[in-house]
Amino acid sequence: MKIAVLAVQGAFIEHEKMLASLGAEVIELRKKKDVLQEFDGLVLPGGESTVQGKLIRELDMFDILKKKIEDGIPVLATCAGLILLAEKISNDTRKHFATLPVTVMRNAYGRQLESFYTEGDFGKLKNVPMEFIRAPYIESVGEDVEILSKVDDNIVAVKYNNQLAMSFHPELLSDTRIHEEFLGMLI
Amino acid sequence: MGKRYDLNKELAQMLKGGVIMDVTTPEQAKIAEEAGACAVMALERIPADIRAAGGVSRMSDPKMIKGIQEAVSIPVMAKCRIGHFVEAQILQAIGIDYIDESEVLSPADDVYHIDKTKFNVPFVCGARDLGEALRRINEGASMIRTKGEPGTGDIVQAVRHMRKMNSEISKIVSLREDELFEEAKKLQVPYDLVCYVHENKRIPVVNFAAGGVATPADAALMMQLGAEGVFVGSGIFKSGNPAKRAQAIVKAVANFEDAELIASLSEDLGEAMVGINEQEIELIMEERGK
Repeated sequence: MKIAVLAVQGAFIEHEKMLASLGAEVIELRKKKDVLQEFDGLVLPGGESTVQGKLIRELDMFDILKKKIEDGIPVLATCAGLILLAEKISNDTRKHFATLPVTVMRNAYGRQLESFYTEGDFGKLKNVPMEFIRAPYIESVGEDVEILSKVDDNIVAVKYNNQLAMSFHPELLSDTRIHEEFLGMLI
Repeated sequence: MGKRYDLNKELAQMLKGGVIMDVTTPEQAKIAEEAGACAVMALERIPADIRAAGGVSRMSDPKMIKGIQEAVSIPVMAKCRIGHFVEAQILQAIGIDYIDESEVLSPADDVYHIDKTKFNVPFVCGARDLGEALRRINEGASMIRTKGEPGTGDIVQAVRHMRKMNSEISKIVSLREDELFEEAKKLQVPYDLVCYVHENKRIPVVNFAAGGVATPADAALMMQLGAEGVFVGSGIFKSGNPAKRAQAIVKAVANFEDAELIASLSEDLGEAMVGINEQEIELIMEERGK
């Protein structure tokens, strides 16, 4: 299994290490040449969505990646990655891949002082540790979007066909269950 | 140190592979965000102008910082003077995302740094070597940057500091375990932090380059030397075409090993900041706070 991790900015190395520890082969996507390779899954990591959204366009990766997502490649998106996938961003005029029928709010909890840790359910997984860092949350979802997690009534994780997206950062902690679930989507 | 400290270290992890730009107005902040900055540093005068103006340099007007917070959606950082914990309290009160306890401003205390463990807001601090970096981390810093020599446009000091830190890390990694006690004593840092470096081959927080970055090539040089991201201070808004230079530096950091790309990014950037050579500097900022 070859997993491609978007590596233009943000916490991509953390995903790479976790996926490698689960036995996946990992490649980095930094420019057009990289996205032309064959790969079986895609990870959109945390970071700043404004930076990542700009660089994937200007480094000519946008169209190819969007097509791959639309064609059904399994995607794991965390924090900024969720924003890249969202069809609508309520507090930003930008939008990016727009392949996930949800409306998200950027920095929905506020500034860094409002960043927090909690534990919650993620679909069938119980007591999943969740770190929210200047995180977005999902305000509303479209048809056929499965809600996996809610924290204080706000939607923080969803699944829609091949796309698994969340506001928090499973890559920063030692609990590998969400990454295992993602790798399970590849089989 | 608990969960808050982890979350603060992790915000720095989210900034990795990015460029943090000094800005003095909401308009500059917007230019920086549009150009792809992963955060901005709000300050009244950029280091080059602080050098030119002389005198005591302090924390910026909170109103000016708030204006920048309102102008952009990316994290906003601001500087306080070394040891000036009340300036830090003020910055925390206005909800800043990261405080830079910075040698660029005039130090408020020539002995003590701020006890950063007493704050909820994260701190980044400058370091010239591993000892300084680990001392700042022990005081509660959740991110480190090289000091370089700010406001000069000269990369030599940042290179020196990054290489020094790297070689000191390599040395600790190569030591026998029973030699780590003596190394902690020499570096004037806690034994536990030396053990961390020995085991993990790195410092426990994210490490950026800062001080003297003026071109895409400078930024890529620091990344190839092991920086995890770059601060650009005077280099952008003291140059001929700030927006273009800022975008070029962002792309060079994302693809720091791609010489062909960096070559094309380096074309027609207009005038770089003039810069001051090491031998011409009258005020050595890196000597502040050890």
